[in-house]
Amino acid sequence: MTEEIIIAGFGGQGVLSLGKILAYSGIMQDQEVSWMPSYGPEMRGGTANVTVILSDDRINSPVLNEFDTAIILNQQSMDKFESMVKPGGLLLYDPNGISHHPKRKDIKIATIEGAKEASELNNKKTFNMVIMGAFLKIHPIVLMENVHKGLEKSLPPRHHHMIPLNEKAIKVGMEEVKVIHDYK
Amino acid sequence: MMTTAVITPEEIIKKGKIVFEKTKLMNDCTLSYCPGCGHGVAHRLVMEVVDEMGIEQDTIGVAPVGCSVLAYEFMNIDMQQAAHGRAPAVATGIKRVFPEKYVFTYQGDGDLAAIGTAETIHACNRGENIVIIFVNNGIYGMTGGQMAPTTLPGMKSSTSPYGRVVETMGYPLKITEMVATLPGVAYATRQAVHTAKLVTKTKKAIIKAFQNQKDKKGTSIIEIVSNCNSGWKMTPVESNKWLDENMLAYFPLGDIKK
Amino acid sequence: MEEVKLMKGNEAMAEAAIRSGVDAYFGYPITPQSEVIEYLMHEEPFKRTGMVVLQAESELAAINMVYGAAACGKKAMTSSSSPGISLKLEGISYMAGAELPCLIANVMRGGPGLGTIQPGQSDYFQAVKGGGHGDYNLIVLAPSTVQEMADFVNLGFDLAFKYRNPVMILSDGAIGQMMEKVTLPKQKERLSNEEIIKRYGSWATTGKPESRERNIITSLNLKSELQEIHNQHLQNKFKTAEKNEVRYEQIQCEDADYILVAYGTSARISQKVVQLGREKGLKLGLLRPITLWPFPKKIISELADHTKGFLSVEMSAGQMIEDVLLAVEGKAPVAHFGRMGGMIPSPSEVLDAVEKEINKILK
Ligand SMILES: Cc1ncc(C[n+]2csc(CCOP(=O)(O)OP(=O)(O)O)c2C)c(N)n1
Ligand code: SF4
Ligand SMILES: [Mg+2]
Repeated sequence: MTEEIIIAGFGGQGVLSLGKILAYSGIMQDQEVSWMPSYGPEMRGGTANVTVILSDDRINSPVLNEFDTAIILNQQSMDKFESMVKPGGLLLYDPNGISHHPKRKDIKIATIEGAKEASELNNKKTFNMVIMGAFLKIHPIVLMENVHKGLEKSLPPRHHHMIPLNEKAIKVGMEEVKVIHDYK
Repeated sequence: MMTTAVITPEEIIKKGKIVFEKTKLMNDCTLSYCPGCGHGVAHRLVMEVVDEMGIEQDTIGVAPVGCSVLAYEFMNIDMQQAAHGRAPAVATGIKRVFPEKYVFTYQGDGDLAAIGTAETIHACNRGENIVIIFVNNGIYGMTGGQMAPTTLPGMKSSTSPYGRVVETMGYPLKITEMVATLPGVAYATRQAVHTAKLVTKTKKAIIKAFQNQKDKKGTSIIEIVSNCNSGWKMTPVESNKWLDENMLAYFPLGDIKK
Repeated sequence: MEEVKLMKGNEAMAEAAIRSGVDAYFGYPITPQSEVIEYLMHEEPFKRTGMVVLQAESELAAINMVYGAAACGKKAMTSSSSPGISLKLEGISYMAGAELPCLIANVMRGGPGLGTIQPGQSDYFQAVKGGGHGDYNLIVLAPSTVQEMADFVNLGFDLAFKYRNPVMILSDGAIGQMMEKVTLPKQKERLSNEEIIKRYGSWATTGKPESRERNIITSLNLKSELQEIHNQHLQNKFKTAEKNEVRYEQIQCEDADYILVAYGTSARISQKVVQLGREKGLKLGLLRPITLWPFPKKIISELADHTKGFLSVEMSAGQMIEDVLLAVEGKAPVAHFGRMGGMIPSPSEVLDAVEKEINKILK
């Protein structure tokens, strides 16, 4: 199995760390992983994206122009990445702040109100974990126990007390995700 | 007797009363600086002075490598962009072939006081008849907040994550004081731009520096102690307070050589 | 104990440096490799192993600090990205002349000049043709994974000391910034001063005991006759390295009709191209040079005997292609595909280029 994912949004939304936690979870189940970020001044308040690949085999290119899943968290990223989802792939997005919704018919499209759910959890930083839950509900590529280990590995120990809250956010994401279009 | 000019709100909003205009020589584009950063003010002051002295057609600026690397995008005059630290050498080249032009460099502390120390000292020692605008924010802003030669003792940066240890990393370099000892330097001063009053003072210093160049007096260096709210990981307001309390204690304001 | 971690290429190289028993690192921040010195400053290896870490005032200073430490028989290294490497070249030439072992990493970005901070591979000529002045070569290792960023530190120092010559790790911004799984080497002890004297006392300036003549580290020889002899000695050394140190990887070359040649990030992309091509029925293969100098000429020449053509894939205007052409010796057509200025080619655009070249050959 190989899952090629792009996660794209604004700097500060936790895009890079969402990718990192996914990658760590993959390692916990003995997979090969790669995490390729955009870097540079464009990240200062601008867009940030990361390509994450989890695979049972050796990973070839860490840089891709087609993805199994696109997780889209702002309009610029929607404009850029909608067309790069493989036919039959998944586009998951937070409709908050999106004015041009995806039009593709040959992919699965799902929404998650990440910003809203995070503020209901009284912690905006859980935003990316809500998104992760939504994704894992549709593509359960990593087991929850490995996500737990992934969180332990990727968060510094002083933030470990936040793990239960993060896991709660993942659950919320799993419950609240909505598939709004399916190609089948 | 102290006189304070009192402007009433009515006067300010009165139609036709212009309180502030965009600096003519600043281009109509978005600055690449973080909101709250002092670089923008420093740019504006240099351009205001060049404009007010009516020398824009005779002025050539040199942009450094640092956050102000794109200064040439913002200043509507002829500009060159130099390699990291080499601006004073580049400016020397310009001034030597165009002695009648006004030449200035605009440099950060990493650029001027680390990689470009040799160029700085030797341009000053030759008394190159140029203006050096030196923005000291105690950090490498551009590359993401690494330690600069001017980083304060104990101050954290990404390459001094536990604070600057002077025993192994040296002391903050007071390069303006250093070059002030050189006979080639006509004017060395330290200013700041985080309050309106200081902005006015800094502008006066810049005018004096360009006037020195006109009078062929030698090198003028204006250090502007500034903030880097991003690199310091503070809000703009916090960073200005921190600057006041910490940076200015180590880098006191005022003329070092007149 | 071996440890599996998720790390950036830059961080993996830094951690590997600590674990390989490196004595000193001297650097200056530059994107996209600043994580090397940031990681080291955070880890404080001066407390762990006694390794020195110093932020120099410039790349010029950093490489000369390496010169000084290397001349003492210590394992010294530096890293930078393209503009900074250009500054180091003077020191690198001096080190080659003075026969000093050291490790230099270039995490390349797009040039020329200040260029861009995005990944590039346009310093190939600079790295493999010596770079600085004078007749010399660097041994150049090209990692294409985070694992290799770590592994090549130890390998690099082994080669540097074996040949008493600077070794370069030629990487790029993508591999430096990317995180992958990495198995870190076990902690090696740093050599003690006694051990260094025992191993390198014949040449290193470790302090002159009664028992030997003084050691002098220099690249100067005012007598041309002697300087020529010194050059011949260097050239013999380079010949031996060319014979013994070629490293490469072949991916599906056995039955390939058409072969891509690529290193670093381009090799990763090309691996995908081989996969996509084979899914379409094109028998593609990839030859990945691991040492860019010495270049894997022999294997390419052998492959040229039964391959229809080669495509050199590089993030440059076409530099390595010159070495591919020399190795192929006209036995098969060689083409180039590249992006420049910090652009990374996508697998599908490389595949398009491959198909175009194959069609040309078939015509
Ligand atoms: C030869 C070389 N080395 C390193 C760099 C990377 N670099 C770019 S800007 C910079 C530091 C700038 O700091 P400073 O001069 O203080 O300017 P600031 O961004 O703080 O205004 C560095 C190290 C470079 N561009 N060229
Ligand atoms: S990083 Fe610092 S110096 Fe650079 S623009 Fe932002 S606040 Fe200013
Ligand atoms: Mg600075």
